[in-house]
Amino acid sequence: MCTYLTEKVSVRGSGKGACGWFGVTEASVYFDHPVHAQAGHTLNIDFLNPTAGPSARVAVELTAESARALAKAIQATLDCVPPGLLE
Amino acid sequence: MYDAVLAETVTMRGDSGDEIEAYLARPMRPGPSGGVVVIHHMPGYDEGTKEITRTFAVHGYNAIMPNLYHRDAPGASPDDAAAAARAKGGVPDARLVADVAGAAAHLRGLSSANGKVGVIGYCSGGRQAVLAAVSLPLEAAVDCYGAFVVGAPPEGMPLKAGPIKHLIKELSCPLLGLFGAEDSHPSPQQVAELEEELKAQGKTYEFHSYEGAGHAFFAVNRPSYRPDAALDGWQRIFTWFGRYLSS
Repeated sequence: MCTYLTEKVSVRGSGKGACGWFGVTEASVYFDHPVHAQAGHTLNIDFLNPTAGPSARVAVELTAESARALAKAIQATLDCVPPGLLE
Repeated sequence: MYDAVLAETVTMRGDSGDEIEAYLARPMRPGPSGGVVVIHHMPGYDEGTKEITRTFAVHGYNAIMPNLYHRDAPGASPDDAAAAARAKGGVPDARLVADVAGAAAHLRGLSSANGKVGVIGYCSGGRQAVLAAVSLPLEAAVDCYGAFVVGAPPEGMPLKAGPIKHLIKELSCPLLGLFGAEDSHPSPQQVAELEEELKAQGKTYEFHSYEGAGHAFFAVNRPSYRPDAALDGWQRIFTWFGRYLSS
């Protein structure tokens, strides 16, 4: 089914989309039908800059298992950053 | 037999008279031909649904697929537009109905039209096909595994769509339903509940649920594709539209 379940988070950084790099201001995280991944449902993340239009988007579609692994890796990486480097 | 078809992007009038993009496929024969409005699934106005639209033309129908996300992201690629639309909670029901009405009018206005128009939708479009058929004068409808025709979306889901079972009494045309027996949205229980309501309201309908198939069994580019169910389903669709949309 189309779940539409979405978590939105404000972010600060950059992403590289179809037209090159742009500043990302928002991320949408949702579990729904993928466009391209070969799975019924995937954990999808859109890195967006809504002020630059709908094409300012970096999209990933991950299986639930790989999304959990990614979340863990992000957390582990940040946990290892020496104090003072985190702004 | 002359079998050429023409498929192209056109502009049509939708809700509030807005000009929106649509994909029109039609046989290059003088007609008269029935018309089919194709409602795309949640991932949007994509290659797979364009192929479905062309398939109706190959089988002798004028078919049109309105880009339901056109307003959300004009000119954007279909996947970017789908992301923008889903961020807004999907397509509002009233807008959907008016866009389908515009698409049906576009088909009826073609010189080769026989005046009869059916609607078919997949996934979220399955519910929207039923919604169109309870809201507009149409000649036939096909619901391919539409969720939330019966049963409300789970708590907290920002989907702008609720159950429409209470509107079944307004159904304007015969309804064909094609479902996967292993689908959970709609579940076999929800399909049975919808069937009960159609029966209670004395509506013409035909339901088929395929064993070994779940959601999206028509989608050839997804692992959910089930060729046996899809091939039988296509046959049912053409029999249905042949019965109710022919001249």
